[in-house]
Amino acid sequence: MNFQTPAQLDAWLERTLPAVQKPGRYFGNELNQVCKQWDSVHVHIALTFPDIYDLGLPNLGLAILYDQINKREDALAERTYVPWVDMEAAMRKSGIPLFSLESRHPIGHFDILGITLPYETLYTNALNLLDLSGIPIFAADRTVTHPLVIAGGHAMLNPEPMAPFLDAVVIGEGEEVIHEIISTVIFWKKSSASRSELLLDLSRITGVYVPGFYEPEFDRTGLYTGLKTLHPEAPACIQKRILGKLPAPITDFIVPSIDVVQNRIAVEIMRGCTRGCRFCQAGMITRPVREREVDEIINSLETALDKTGFDEVALLSLSSSDHTQIKEIVDAIQNRFHKKHLTISLPSLRIESLSVDILEKLSGSHQTSFTLAPEAATDRLRKIINKPISDDALIDVIRLIYSRGWRVIKCYFMIGHPEETMEDVRAIADLCKRVVLEGRKYHGLKATLHAGISTFIPKPHTPFQWHAMDSYESIVEKQNLLRHELRGPGLKMSWSDPQTSLIEAWLCRGDRRTSIAIHQAWKSGARFDAWQDQFDFSRWQNAFLAAGIDPYDYSHRERQESEVFPWDHINIGVGKEYLLEDSNWSLRAELRQDCRETCYVCGILPTYKEIRRNNPGDHWGCPEVNSVDPTG
Amino acid sequence: MNRFRIQYSKTEPLRYTGMLDIQHIWERLFRRAHLDLAYSQGFHPQPRIQQAAPLPLSFISSCELLDFWLDGEVEISSILDAIKRTSQPGLEIQHMEEVDIISPPLQTMLETATYAVVNLVEIDSNLLTRNIARILNEQTLIRERRNKTYDLRPLILELNSSERAGEINQIEMKLSAREAATGRPDEVTAALGYDPLDFRYLRSHLGFSSPVFSSDP
Repeated sequence: MNFQTPAQLDAWLERTLPAVQKPGRYFGNELNQVCKQWDSVHVHIALTFPDIYDLGLPNLGLAILYDQINKREDALAERTYVPWVDMEAAMRKSGIPLFSLESRHPIGHFDILGITLPYETLYTNALNLLDLSGIPIFAADRTVTHPLVIAGGHAMLNPEPMAPFLDAVVIGEGEEVIHEIISTVIFWKKSSASRSELLLDLSRITGVYVPGFYEPEFDRTGLYTGLKTLHPEAPACIQKRILGKLPAPITDFIVPSIDVVQNRIAVEIMRGCTRGCRFCQAGMITRPVREREVDEIINSLETALDKTGFDEVALLSLSSSDHTQIKEIVDAIQNRFHKKHLTISLPSLRIESLSVDILEKLSGSHQTSFTLAPEAATDRLRKIINKPISDDALIDVIRLIYSRGWRVIKCYFMIGHPEETMEDVRAIADLCKRVVLEGRKYHGLKATLHAGISTFIPKPHTPFQWHAMDSYESIVEKQNLLRHELRGPGLKMSWSDPQTSLIEAWLCRGDRRTSIAIHQAWKSGARFDAWQDQFDFSRWQNAFLAAGIDPYDYSHRERQESEVFPWDHINIGVGKEYLLEDSNWSLRAELRQDCRETCYVCGILPTYKEIRRNNPGDHWGCPEVNSVDPTG
Repeated sequence: MNRFRIQYSKTEPLRYTGMLDIQHIWERLFRRAHLDLAYSQGFHPQPRIQQAAPLPLSFISSCELLDFWLDGEVEISSILDAIKRTSQPGLEIQHMEEVDIISPPLQTMLETATYAVVNLVEIDSNLLTRNIARILNEQTLIRERRNKTYDLRPLILELNSSERAGEINQIEMKLSAREAATGRPDEVTAALGYDPLDFRYLRSHLGFSSPVFSSDP
């Protein structure tokens, strides 16, 4: 690598940045960034969201870890993102390694590189980021001179496809476990212990998975049969980390000096969801529900506004209307901030009139569209996926939305469930047409319905994990039918690229062999797979071919009840038996209610009974655990 | 509603922040300072902030000007205090005054912009002097920018160089900055026969048709 001193890098940047797109991506210096003296701390952590700055900066998970780490006196966290193709070419040409935005230290000089992987199409970017940092791609090739590469995020609930590239994986919520990891690394740095001893210490932390201590096993037909532990102390099962109570929301958001995808304050009002939609991985893996209190939300919002000056606020959760105090939150926001010209977004509202009242209070002048996610258009399919709403109730809400002044409604639907027929698909088109006809009564030809059509992927840790994905041809046929039907004034449609859906399915359901294909795809040039203009399906097909893997076996083979999944060693707290039972309920089109009304014993409470007992109160969606469990 | 004018420096931290993003940075600064910017009328009300002259990306400046409008009656000293209390890397306030609400927009009064340009790589100062003399002797300097040809020569009002410490030369240039007749300093360095990326550009002065402040900042 060419540059040795920060001054040399500065000189290179001065000469290079004016010639690349959006140079502000590589310059840091934003309001609220934290710059500590390098030598004043024991541990240096680089955090990254492996895509460009514009997408990575607003990521809330990383912002929380940045805040948590920098509050410690003995550690620092700095940020880095993946350079866009023009900057990558300039860096590679000059031999410039990836550097952090704050101190411009090479990423290879940090003790830990923390990568968040919320979705699978970031995988090749993560490899590219390692390579640009001069860090060996495979964990086995790293030595004490290299950073520990640790990943986390929702996609890591099946870590196997990325396992060989990672020294450790955090399963679940990061706020507490990050401190345990840092303390372990500090202790290790002061000792003379080897890197493998450090990894063993890390594997003793609940929620930390060290893939190097395990080896996958397959039967003669190539069927995955389980993980063999290579070290006597390595736990057979990795339990997801959760917090008993959500900590205070962060307020010191970094304010970018250039436009990014979301220029806003994000406050998570609730974690987890009790609705149990069967296709929804987030709903299963983020259990239990934990709410934040109104005062805490409003006060942190006020502080964040003072510290950032943002005029946009997002109240995040998987199902906003389910917060028990959502009305109080909205009223408090209206009282406290109504003169501030704020734009407040509240995603994931349920299809009910209350949602319309809530959003009307928040958004005042109806500039934005109203978003609903019925997902299915027939009662039968709605029961199968456990997201019930009748057509009439839906139309009532639609009528209310249009009548209150919104002209644009977005509706999300999903196609490709194995129980779906062409009738179910046609019903989506019919429903959309009915919706826009309602809109015309209020707004004439200006009424718009935007249908977003996603493709069902049988995600790990969901009741649908035993299902096969719909065939490529069938998905294209269904999309074509909808594209043909959803034409005309007021109707718009967007849909997921079916090839990208295939890659997502392969990468989310894969086992450790998938890593060979990921490595191969990256070597042949794959990166920015989430970007339509960069994504190349044939590269992936060739990569799987070269790896000798039939990827359709991951995505399109219906599984036996007895199937061992590559993610079975990851314990999300919701039992596999429960998921299977729910899958059977689905086949019988049987509904499960909001589980705050009836506990269906999904496994969360037995798994986290200690945490629940230590965190009594109704901020949890699950019932209290008062007595000591006699069974131990 | 009152109207105020600020002169400020745009320094290193905001070097790669363009005009539209600078507008947002000021909006956020006013919000942090709890100053209520007046909003425009209409379906999409916008806060009323007007910058005098766009500054190209990667340039820094010691002489930026902007006007802003505040709702209600606010003491100028308390405004200045509030702005100074809320920090923003890359902005340094030099001077602020209240201005007549009906005075013309800064953009329409702007006539010239002066730049101090220094080389980042070694250049021969004698050759630089000769290059400057050469283009000043030209009647026209036809150049192409964004697929349009234009004459750069009439936009160059003054151009000279001075040797600073060691190998650093400073090129001073005063360019026209009228609407539809705005010269870019990187176009001048290109016309001089250099790679524009080999220089650092600082805007040091904006010239207006009439005084923009009652007292000289």
